[in-house]
Amino acid sequence: MSDIRLMKGNEAVAHAAVRCGCDGYFGYPITPQSEVLETLMELRPWESTGMVVLQAESEIGAINMIYGAACTGKMVMTSSSSPGISLMGEGFSYIAGAELPCVVVNVARGGPGLGTIQPGQSDYFLATKAGGHGDFNMIVLAPNSVQEMYNFVFDAFELAFKYRNPVMILSDGVIGQMMERVELSEPLPRRTDGQIVEQMRSWAVTGKPVGAQRNIVTSVQLDPIVQENVNHRLQAKYKVIREKEVRYEAIGCEDADHILVAYGCSARISHKAMELARDAGHKVGLFRPVTLFPFPYEQLDSVCKRAKGFLSVELSAGQMIEDVRLAVGCRARVEHFGRMGGVIHSPNEVWQALQEKLLNR
Amino acid sequence: MAEELVYKKPRLLTDKDFHFCPGCSHGTIHKVIAEVIDQMGMENSSIGITPVGCSVLAYNYIDIDWVQAAHGRACAVATGIKRLNPSKLVFTYQGDGDLAAIGTGETIHAANRGDNIVVIYVNNAVYGMTGGQMAPTTLLGMKTVTTPNGRDAKLHGYPFKVGEMISQLEGVCYFTRQSVHTAAGVRRARKALRRAFELSMEGRGLSFVEFVGTCSSGWKMSAVEANKWLDENMLPFYPLSAE
Ligand SMILES: Cc1ncc(C[n+]2csc(CCOP(=O)(O)OP(=O)(O)O)c2C)c(N)n1
Ligand code: SF4
Repeated sequence: MSDIRLMKGNEAVAHAAVRCGCDGYFGYPITPQSEVLETLMELRPWESTGMVVLQAESEIGAINMIYGAACTGKMVMTSSSSPGISLMGEGFSYIAGAELPCVVVNVARGGPGLGTIQPGQSDYFLATKAGGHGDFNMIVLAPNSVQEMYNFVFDAFELAFKYRNPVMILSDGVIGQMMERVELSEPLPRRTDGQIVEQMRSWAVTGKPVGAQRNIVTSVQLDPIVQENVNHRLQAKYKVIREKEVRYEAIGCEDADHILVAYGCSARISHKAMELARDAGHKVGLFRPVTLFPFPYEQLDSVCKRAKGFLSVELSAGQMIEDVRLAVGCRARVEHFGRMGGVIHSPNEVWQALQEKLLNR
Repeated sequence: MAEELVYKKPRLLTDKDFHFCPGCSHGTIHKVIAEVIDQMGMENSSIGITPVGCSVLAYNYIDIDWVQAAHGRACAVATGIKRLNPSKLVFTYQGDGDLAAIGTGETIHAANRGDNIVVIYVNNAVYGMTGGQMAPTTLLGMKTVTTPNGRDAKLHGYPFKVGEMISQLEGVCYFTRQSVHTAAGVRRARKALRRAFELSMEGRGLSFVEFVGTCSSGWKMSAVEANKWLDENMLPFYPLSAE
């Protein structure tokens, strides 16, 4: 029997964690994502599935707890919002460098600095290009509904373990806070310690069996040639991810002359703007990257092959637009529209911007 | 004539040569850890966390599972491991820059939560790895490369007795301060470490085992001079625990 409920995106993340068999959550309160930790504390999964939930002393504490627990082959996740995500950067780099699986949810708000507690999409660069120091990439999924907030936790863990890589769910204050219908799936059991040893002993620290080879999880290689080889291995992995894991949604793009490119809450708003444009007789499509890393470069170009103009709609000064430009090159006009600082653009504003920047030029 | 065996390399020490400077305490402390884990039969259930500092490569020398942590974050890493793997013996190994400067927050909060981990803290009063800079533990008047005229309290504050502070917290079940610069000290250290490991496995809270150690290179002394300096200058300020 299906279990359908009305809840916030943040609450859906907490329910997904418990139902996907997650072993541990470590987090620190910050608006607009605190409901993840609060809901988990209410659900008390340590009494049902045995999942550990701990309020850490800081985001630095939380991400390093994640690092430690991930080293043992367990399914672990954290969530935060923009300023807290900045603090986790060093941890992301260590986790990526040591090739560990974990899931991080960023319910982004406007910045820079302490910024605002209202929604933002100005962490695109952070998530996709510069999560921390060194050459590394996180896989980045961008949900645009409460159902996707729930589903993507499952998807993120699958990807995290498939590639032994951190996966970020890049959401925003709109998707985290809004309430929608969500269908919850049947709970999956947590892996047993025996299963973890069986499946993950090749790399995880689970206590060295007597006489066996010890496992070391580390990201330091003092010999530059060895470190370069680590880098080559990581790059080879990212290449496979780019080839195999691209996800996107294209609505009315095939015959469109103009395309709105948007993810997360801006995709929802742009969908309405697209309808306004179509009502006015313009062939406008919506292209929504679902994975921001890997970005659907080729797909954006090929699916929208007829389009002569692209508007990147984001709650930022224009970050994703750089990838849109890389995707379509010089063959079409690429413009940006977005409010900032926690102000959310309306469908009408997007429709106006589309006319000013592309249709009426 | 039958030979009498007076020294044997602990079974859990690997054959890899130590990278430590002659006269450094780290090697001896590693040996004590290897011995105690072996004595307790914990080889297959121990997980150690190395810091950033001269002991970052401890995993090359002690034959158990290891995790290498970011600078100062070992206690948070240990919390993550232990909370999800309560049957394992989880311990950190940290220098005084790692633990008492950049990692103070993580350390205090793990202690205050009473996480069942063992913190092995090596206080050599300087940053060894980066070339002998001042640490929070540097004694007043002590010369380092960042206090060339000696540590001045007006400029740099006071040497930090982090162990005494941590020992005040409810979550801490054991605090001891040891040294390994004498044979008697090594024997006492072994006992203290074993006690800490046992308390941790009994779920009694966080155990904090401080070692007052030498950094012959950072102090710019020979091994013999460093031991003497430790006796005469470090121990009066950082007194060892009674047995
Ligand atoms: C975030 C960060 N900051 C600074 C450093 C540089 N660093 C490496 S080791 C170290 C200090 C180590 O000193 P200590 O903890 O006293 O250990 P010792 O080498 O004396 O054993 C520093 C500052 C680093 N690796 N990471
Ligand atoms: S620099 Fe100091 S702490 Fe580091 S190995 Fe040498 S003596 Fe030991």
